[in-house]
Amino acid sequence: MSLAMFVQHFFNALTLGSLYSLIAIGYTMVYGILRLINFAHGDIFMLGAYFVFFGTIAFKLPWLPAVLLAVAASSFAGILVDRIAYRPLRDAPRISALISSIGVSFFIQNLAIVLFTGIPRPVQQPKILTGIMQFGAVRILPLTLVVPTISFVLVLGLLWIVNKTKPGLAMRAISKDIETTRLMGVSVDKIIALTFGLGSALAAASGIMWALRYPQVHPLMGSFPGFKAFIAAVLGGIGSIQGAMVGGLLLGFIEIMIVAFLPALSGYKDAFAFVLLIIILLVKPTGLMGEKLEEKV
Amino acid sequence: MKRTTRNALCNLLLLAAGAALLLWVDRTFDRYVVQVLNLIAINTILALSLNLIYGFTGMFSLGHAGFMAVGAYVSSLLILPQAQKQTIYILKPLIWPLSVLQAPFFVAVLLGGLAAALFAILISVPVLRLGGDYLGIATLGFAEIIRVVANNIVPITNGALGLKGIPSYANLWWTYGWCALAVIFIARLVQSNTGNVLKAIRDDEVAAKAMGIDVFKYKVISFTVGGFFAGIGGALLASLLTTIDPKMFTFMLTFNVLMIVVAGGLGSITGSVLSGAVITVLLEWLRFVENPVTIGGFTIPGVPGMRMVVFSLALLCIILFRREGIMGMREWSWDMLFRGRTRGGEAR
Repeated sequence: MSLAMFVQHFFNALTLGSLYSLIAIGYTMVYGILRLINFAHGDIFMLGAYFVFFGTIAFKLPWLPAVLLAVAASSFAGILVDRIAYRPLRDAPRISALISSIGVSFFIQNLAIVLFTGIPRPVQQPKILTGIMQFGAVRILPLTLVVPTISFVLVLGLLWIVNKTKPGLAMRAISKDIETTRLMGVSVDKIIALTFGLGSALAAASGIMWALRYPQVHPLMGSFPGFKAFIAAVLGGIGSIQGAMVGGLLLGFIEIMIVAFLPALSGYKDAFAFVLLIIILLVKPTGLMGEKLEEKV
Repeated sequence: MKRTTRNALCNLLLLAAGAALLLWVDRTFDRYVVQVLNLIAINTILALSLNLIYGFTGMFSLGHAGFMAVGAYVSSLLILPQAQKQTIYILKPLIWPLSVLQAPFFVAVLLGGLAAALFAILISVPVLRLGGDYLGIATLGFAEIIRVVANNIVPITNGALGLKGIPSYANLWWTYGWCALAVIFIARLVQSNTGNVLKAIRDDEVAAKAMGIDVFKYKVISFTVGGFFAGIGGALLASLLTTIDPKMFTFMLTFNVLMIVVAGGLGSITGSVLSGAVITVLLEWLRFVENPVTIGGFTIPGVPGMRMVVFSLALLCIILFRREGIMGMREWSWDMLFRGRTRGGEAR
């Protein structure tokens, strides 16, 4: 493989990886706080993409307001899902909330099929992002530079919120001990809603960029990226935001590079992540950067 | 009459009545009704097998579609006529031993179940060390891997084209026969000492371990039996539908089975049997939502996809408002029927 080819694959992998990272962060934040795998997260990602699609096509909005509106709407959808489907089950066995989230996921997917039809629709890219940039023999899409940059900025913003602000402090406290945090006078339900809001906003941002990168939207587009991003979160160590980022990037690189170097395996592309999941669960269930979870008896 | 003798007699009578009913149904109703009845039996088998794994042993497994795929492919390859095998494998011919192997329907279904059971044993070694939701996601992962593999090993599975023209041997006798076998086997299993151990593991794994129970061994037993019946269900479904392809065995299929189990009640065989019938009929009935309906001159256009919207809403309502399902953990028994007469009469 020539160096130029490798550089192109590198940027593709970086793009895919940062898209996975953004989704994985939402999984990891919710799991860190509620110990819940939010199956509906991938469908929020899909909603974000559709909101922008309709904003720009149907309502003829310029890109920036369309994107901001879509992110806000998806964020609200995430909070709504928590309020309706998860909050009533806080005291129920953990698996009940998980089944509820599977139900929500199928509900959103099928509602999207009913409302938006099941046909994939092409997405028009904004003008600045079209075209190909040429550096010597290397040809790369502008998007493969823009997506990682935006993702990086978003993650930095999130880390600032989680580590430097009071709500962020409350989030970290809840993930350690929800009852004690409640006794400290923190309005736990509001902080959980905020967590869902932030996670969903990142998922929507990822969905929008995904729709631009692979220019189409589809009601089921969230299910595979969703599963894979969850795997990325486990890979990095569930509960850790940096871990989710590292896991997402790693998964992106593994998927792109295996297909690049071993084209014979390209048919098995969707299985890599699951194989990786099983290996990591066996070898190091806490993930690369995870904290050790103690089993309470 | 002793209680056990009476119950055994009643069970036999029930089986005979069921057989008579099947004979009558088979002769009276059209193909659509018979098809739905077949689906009820298959869904009941699938629900029972998941209920054994999740409801009785507490292992949250989302790998049912994978077991079903294994059972369906193995048994279909054994009953497909040789000529048909040559016609449908367009891209690459079927590899040698499979291209000539043939088996009677019963043996094929049984082998399908055994293959799924073998697969369950294989994955149980790595997977059953995990608990709770991690187990769910890992089994889901295995099911997806199976699907991707079935899509890619063209000389065996015919890839994305799938298998067509599978002989439709699955009639009411076969499906309800297997269904009765599944009910009896799993009911006896959970009532036995082994069943008590499984429930102990479900209720408190650490305590069970402390009592000296070999938790891993019993988990493997439950997982394997569950996998076996899921494979049987898949094999019967393949013959009933006469065509299978990898797209059929997505997470959606597992979701349907999970829905039946949750709706019936986790840890209730009666619940799974009841809800297997209720949910299957509901799913069929919901097809009408997708067709145009004419009421008093107005035509409401059918909405494609509406069926699954209603279905997933139903699951959400059950999990939010009636988490224990139809039966909770209760079971129906003959004793309930005769309680009035035998109260205080016999020592239990």
